[in-house]
Amino acid sequence: MSAAAGVALGLVGGAVRISTPFLFVSLGECLTEKSGRVNLGLEGTLVMGAMAAYGVSYLTHSPWLGVLAAGGCGVVLGALHAWLCSRPRVNDVAVGIALMLFGIGLAFFLGKPLVGPTAPHLPAVSLGWWSRSTQVRSALQVNALFVLGLATTVLVRFLLDRTRWGLIVRTVGESADAARAMGYDINRVRRRATMAGGFLAGVGGSFLSLFYPGSWNEGLSSGQGLMAVALVIFARWDPVRCLLASLLFGAASALGPALQSVGVTSGYYLFNAAPYALTLLIIVMTSSRDRALVGQPAELQVAR
Amino acid sequence: MGIGVSIGALPRPGTEAVAAEGAAASTRRRDWRKPVESIAIPVGAILVALVLFGVFVALTGRNALAVYHQMFRGSFGTWFSFQNTLLRAAPLMLTALATALPLRLGLVVLGGEGAMVLGGLAAAAVGVHLHAPLSVKIGMLAAGALMGGLWMAGAGALRAYRGVNETIATLLLNYIAIALLNHMVEGPLRDPASLNKPSTLPIGDDNMLGNLPGLDVHWGLAFGVIACLGFWFLMQRTTFGFAARMVGGNVRAALLNGLPVKRLIVIATFLGGLAAGLAGAVEVAAIHGNANASLVTGYGYTGVLVAFIARANPLAVIPVALLLGGIGASGGLLQRVFELPDATVSVLQGVIFISILFSDSLYGRRWRRARAVAA
Repeated sequence: MSAAAGVALGLVGGAVRISTPFLFVSLGECLTEKSGRVNLGLEGTLVMGAMAAYGVSYLTHSPWLGVLAAGGCGVVLGALHAWLCSRPRVNDVAVGIALMLFGIGLAFFLGKPLVGPTAPHLPAVSLGWWSRSTQVRSALQVNALFVLGLATTVLVRFLLDRTRWGLIVRTVGESADAARAMGYDINRVRRRATMAGGFLAGVGGSFLSLFYPGSWNEGLSSGQGLMAVALVIFARWDPVRCLLASLLFGAASALGPALQSVGVTSGYYLFNAAPYALTLLIIVMTSSRDRALVGQPAELQVAR
Repeated sequence: MGIGVSIGALPRPGTEAVAAEGAAASTRRRDWRKPVESIAIPVGAILVALVLFGVFVALTGRNALAVYHQMFRGSFGTWFSFQNTLLRAAPLMLTALATALPLRLGLVVLGGEGAMVLGGLAAAAVGVHLHAPLSVKIGMLAAGALMGGLWMAGAGALRAYRGVNETIATLLLNYIAIALLNHMVEGPLRDPASLNKPSTLPIGDDNMLGNLPGLDVHWGLAFGVIACLGFWFLMQRTTFGFAARMVGGNVRAALLNGLPVKRLIVIATFLGGLAAGLAGAVEVAAIHGNANASLVTGYGYTGVLVAFIARANPLAVIPVALLLGGIGASGGLLQRVFELPDATVSVLQGVIFISILFSDSLYGRRWRRARAVAA
């Protein structure tokens, strides 16, 4: 196989393999931000979810229970975020940073005994059966959570665009005053949106520890939760675009390893910075001093 | 519109001026309330956090009081541990300023880590090309500070001129900075003699910064204290500081008054980055002697916490940095005595951070209630 084809295959494989945590976190963040609040703490939720999923999977031998536990952690952290933010004059960006540090610290603390033991992994579907090349086959190992992520994308889009509940969330995100005048409890709507978003981010974390890279250690997440938050801005608060952006980011994250596998090793660390640089480039290009972004909830602070 | 965020009850120059004009008794009453609040609420929040953390420690089956006793011993209890605390507080003061200064303008900047890492790298790169000990020292500190300042000013300029969210941009820049450090240390700037731990060429023992007279603590502590005092003077006693605080208080009023808001943002982020870059340069010039992966310490993120607890006040940064430096210094002892994981310190820091943010909602609370009753 030629080097270019090898790199391309690595990128496609990376897009499918690495994108899942990006997808779940960005869908969760999208949901939360639609209600007019930013949760920067999803990086902490992601790591907490990864730890909880690994621990529960190890203890119960059921990876799916692990996924549920990860989601549960996300709900609890989301509720904490929402409760703090509902207090007067408490800033949601700062709360997010605090919960990020707290979540990561707590996950490392509680996860200390989990470094080492092996937990059962999530099942994967092999879509590469038609090929004789082992590289192709390993690149097309599609995890069940990825498929679930595709379904969740459609579901979140449907919920937001086509249901009464979605309309209420969007109203709260566009104008808290209008929603209040219509008799809705702003804090309750936002709390539910943040908890639901936390659930999704926690599930995204379970993918890290239960499939790829597939073990629990302290270097598990390299800022995927943060990048996913930036990715929502890029995706203009649209779940389907979140999916496309996640695939793009997955491919970018695979650039360094893909080049290394065909023998390009110089600048390995620079290529590893590709997803961060790409994120930055994209938010610079899509931001504007003068006008609000298309699709941006008007109550949102982070994009101003 | 309005840039970024306002945090809790930061003093706002507009309201201060109005308050100063009205000499009514009620204003005088608020005058004494404010300083009492600004000390009592953060102290109370830290105490609440310590109680919560104590419960957490007790749940893991350890004696919380014994843990706190060891923490005190490992941070302030002995002369040796106190010097360890000072060593950790020095970079924290500098990285905290990187967040505190832009925070006064309403910007949440988290880029201290990246500015510190690149400051250290720049210092090491410049240091090996200079020769006389004095010029090496000055050159390294200047190069490190300048590098950090320019790096952070980049994020400030993106905020000011493109409307890029500064919180996310600086976080991403941290990852990019660490990748740059790894690239340079493994590649172009690598000392061929450094085998196990890729590093830049050593600057040489003669060129190291050295300790403060009579202490086992390097000069970084003095730089940290001086920077805090200097930035306090800048923010409270100069036109620049007044303008910057006005932007943080009400950006629309600042614009209507013809203040160069964009330029102020770039300058504030530059000055903040200067401090964080200096912290990195000091780590290289006083501790490591070359640049390598040890520069990635997490001081940048702890600095964010320091800045928030200090409510962005450069003077308050000094004691808060000592407190958090002490907590960090006691981590090793907790590991040895209680077999607590090294993440224990991060958990405590997280609990303190959350408690402090919660306490933001308590400012002016009693006062408001009293006024409501009177009316």
